[in-house]
Amino acid sequence: MEITLTVNGVEHRADVEPRLLLSDFLRHALELTGTHVGCEHGVCGACTVLMDGAAVRSCLVFAVQADGCELATVEGLAPGGGELHPIQDAFREAHGLQCGFCTPGILMTLVPFLRENPDPSEAEVRAALSGNLCRCTGYQNIVAATRLAASKMREVEV
Amino acid sequence: MGAHPYVGAGVVRNEDAQLLTGRAIFVDDVHLAGTLHAAFLRSDFAHGRLLSLDTSAARRREGVIAVYTAEDLGDYWCHGPLLVPPPPIAGLTFNTATLVPLARDRVVHVGEPMAVVVAESRYIAEDALEDIVVDIEPLPVVVGLEEALAPDSPVIHEALGTNVAAHAVQRKGDYEAARSEAHTVVSRKFSYDRGVAGSLENRGILADWNPRNEELTVWDTTQAPIPIRNGLAERLGLLQSQVRVVAPFLGGGFGPKMMMFYPEEVLIPWISMRLGRPVKWIEDRAESFFATANERLQLHEAELAVDSEGRILGVKDVFLHDSGAYDPYGITVPINTQCTLLGPYRVPNYYSEFTAVFTNKTIVTPVRGAGRQHGVFVMERLLDFAAKELGIDRVEIRKRNFLTPDEFPHNHEILFQDSAPLVYDSGDYLPAMEKAAEMIGYREFLEEEQPKARDAGRQLGLGIVSYVEGTGIGPYEGARVSVEPSGKVQLATGVGTQGQGHFTTFAQIVADQLGVDVTDVNVATGDTREFSWGTGTFASRGIVVAGSACHEAAIVVRKKILALASEALEAAEDDLELADGVVRVKGSDLSISLGELAVRANPLRGTVEPGAEPGLEATSYFGPARGTTASGVHAMIVEIDPETSEVSIQRYVVVHDCGRLVNPVIVDGQIHGGVAHGIGNAFFEELVYDDQGQLLNASFMDYLLPTATDVPHMEVAHVETPSPLNPLGVKGVGEAGAIPVGALYAQALEDALQGAVEILEMPLSPGRLFDLVHGTPSDPEAAS
Repeated sequence: MEITLTVNGVEHRADVEPRLLLSDFLRHALELTGTHVGCEHGVCGACTVLMDGAAVRSCLVFAVQADGCELATVEGLAPGGGELHPIQDAFREAHGLQCGFCTPGILMTLVPFLRENPDPSEAEVRAALSGNLCRCTGYQNIVAATRLAASKMREVEV
Repeated sequence: MGAHPYVGAGVVRNEDAQLLTGRAIFVDDVHLAGTLHAAFLRSDFAHGRLLSLDTSAARRREGVIAVYTAEDLGDYWCHGPLLVPPPPIAGLTFNTATLVPLARDRVVHVGEPMAVVVAESRYIAEDALEDIVVDIEPLPVVVGLEEALAPDSPVIHEALGTNVAAHAVQRKGDYEAARSEAHTVVSRKFSYDRGVAGSLENRGILADWNPRNEELTVWDTTQAPIPIRNGLAERLGLLQSQVRVVAPFLGGGFGPKMMMFYPEEVLIPWISMRLGRPVKWIEDRAESFFATANERLQLHEAELAVDSEGRILGVKDVFLHDSGAYDPYGITVPINTQCTLLGPYRVPNYYSEFTAVFTNKTIVTPVRGAGRQHGVFVMERLLDFAAKELGIDRVEIRKRNFLTPDEFPHNHEILFQDSAPLVYDSGDYLPAMEKAAEMIGYREFLEEEQPKARDAGRQLGLGIVSYVEGTGIGPYEGARVSVEPSGKVQLATGVGTQGQGHFTTFAQIVADQLGVDVTDVNVATGDTREFSWGTGTFASRGIVVAGSACHEAAIVVRKKILALASEALEAAEDDLELADGVVRVKGSDLSISLGELAVRANPLRGTVEPGAEPGLEATSYFGPARGTTASGVHAMIVEIDPETSEVSIQRYVVVHDCGRLVNPVIVDGQIHGGVAHGIGNAFFEELVYDDQGQLLNASFMDYLLPTATDVPHMEVAHVETPSPLNPLGVKGVGEAGAIPVGALYAQALEDALQGAVEILEMPLSPGRLFDLVHGTPSDPEAAS
């Protein structure tokens, strides 16, 4: 099937099998390998991307379902020129990642969360992250990084 | 420019920008033109005779390039290596049954590969698996450990004639004599069941045989690329120099990604050579539950003999260990159990006997903690029961038995997993216990908080336990440090990296010696072309062994820099200092940059004096005589919901001692992750097999990894007792956090329940705890 979609502001047209997962399409057809696949049954959250602004698990979406959609992946998060997005910057500063495999999905989960919750409590952050598994960090520094990111983003807003 | 010294500072990680922007390359991110994709047909039966495999329809499917069964492998079919030969324990029985690439006439666990399909896409390869007609005659299944040893049990490996994988006795002193003089003897049975390592990235391998230059490149999710390179070269009949193994960024390791020579790891390179095209296999999550090693079923029958003051006279422990269907990793896990049980305590008499048992389940090899959990669980539980029986406070009984600083090095007179005697190098356990008790508010909790909570009908409990971890074993690792003409430093080492921060901690060590910014040290790990000697990242050994090699190599380069700079600046070496990427004559403006020195060290004209080496480069190796012993105390306060048995952790405190801290932020991160893994193993995760050896919960929907709402905030503090066994004074920390959590849960829950139940098993769950509290009979083997 022919699909047309936009990923990180770039339009792509492709002919795909109806059964092709969006995660496989992004990773292997577009070679946007920053989106990771951890379970392929929608639990771990590593493959989270934004579809029309909302966080979705790309392993639970067929590429054909994304026809006409605007997608955002981790590759599009940083503004470029070596700069990091404030969430990325906070994760670096607060040691919010170890192996980094779950990280892109967590970052993409946090983008809409922090947009809607600019000053979240620790409990709110933990609840927001409860759909993303991490085996390395015990979540502690991810939570700290998220709150640091929120404060950085609030400063930018002001 | 960062502030020196870097060692000891919590500098941000060099590798993070790559990982955060999606640029970091993991195995499945490598795309090569013309790549074929493999999928494995796996056994649905735990035990059976493989009568026939008809692959003709699969071969005919469009897009399928090849299908291989054991028969198609010809001479390439053979048993894999015994990866860790057992230590020379007197009287040891050891029966080897190593992995095979594809089942030939018998399947011995669910998920064992029987055939591999290679196709133009993974989707097509998986379609073709459905085309294969399999005929398996089911055989009686061996699931439980005790039943595996029964005289009428079916035997899994007929050639061995027994399900005994190993039997070993290690002893110190005379336990029976000590027992006869004991005031009190406590004895219990304990069980600890299986869980997964749970790396978020599954295993994967991409092999590319280039027939023109006759080179094989293998990208592999391995913790040990060099042993894999060596083994593949041998098996494929290639020179080691014809094989390059790259372990790029790995999405977690935790043990099962060691040099395992898994069937897929052995087959994919062979297939690439046969077909002359790149071939990729990426494990999916469902496969990982069956095809990747896990841990940790053991059944213990143990007793502790103490005097009237609670001083340990001796310990006896007899246990069964589940090896799974094969035992390629020898007896590392049960030896760790045996050695870690002794903990931070003075144990004058010890009798430890284990029998490792083959079962029709996925293989067992080290998973973060690697058998240490069990030993700590048994010892800490026995101490709790002894304390209760004698009316001694549980912190006090531990304090009375701690080894004191003047008792180091302390020889336990048994053999450790590295075949060296179990000798603790250094430790200071009392301050850690006191600090943990103070941080958790031990007295206040018991005297005020808990009684108040109980009056209000709440079930609050506290746990506090100690443990040690043997870390940093040999044989050796190496590192090469070179200063480039740009003034930047290239550092290569052979270990792989799975998130431990090696790009930063190794750089910190080198930057301190060379006076450069930590971001100017570029670290290469996990690529056999960058560094050709070493073993890998496991057993909490990276910073100890490879880190020390980095340190040693940097010292040699520093000497070369000073010698050359002394000539260039016409100043005595003692008058020179290295800082900010230059060598400066102290107290003057006279200086020369490292980049300029690097150019001078590699001249295009003139001469490099005979006997001298060009360049500012050095390679050093570090091999410790034996492992170094880290230690810690964990404490927590839990609350149990009386209606549902849901447990919430109110406080979690860790006081840890891994010697000198290279990067305290990274060390704390390692501990956090370990504790979370331990919490999973204690209260969420359990691989549940039925009596036919079928795994009932092989998905993340049914097998629960702890989430951000399950893992509490952890308060971490450190005691630093340097190791005398390496130049940095460091000890390993990778596995530490996971080790004592089961013992901690058990004590805290018992405390909350005011001794209404005894916790003798791990893992628990709200359901299991509810059953224990409400009197459902305990059957440790029921779910094994």
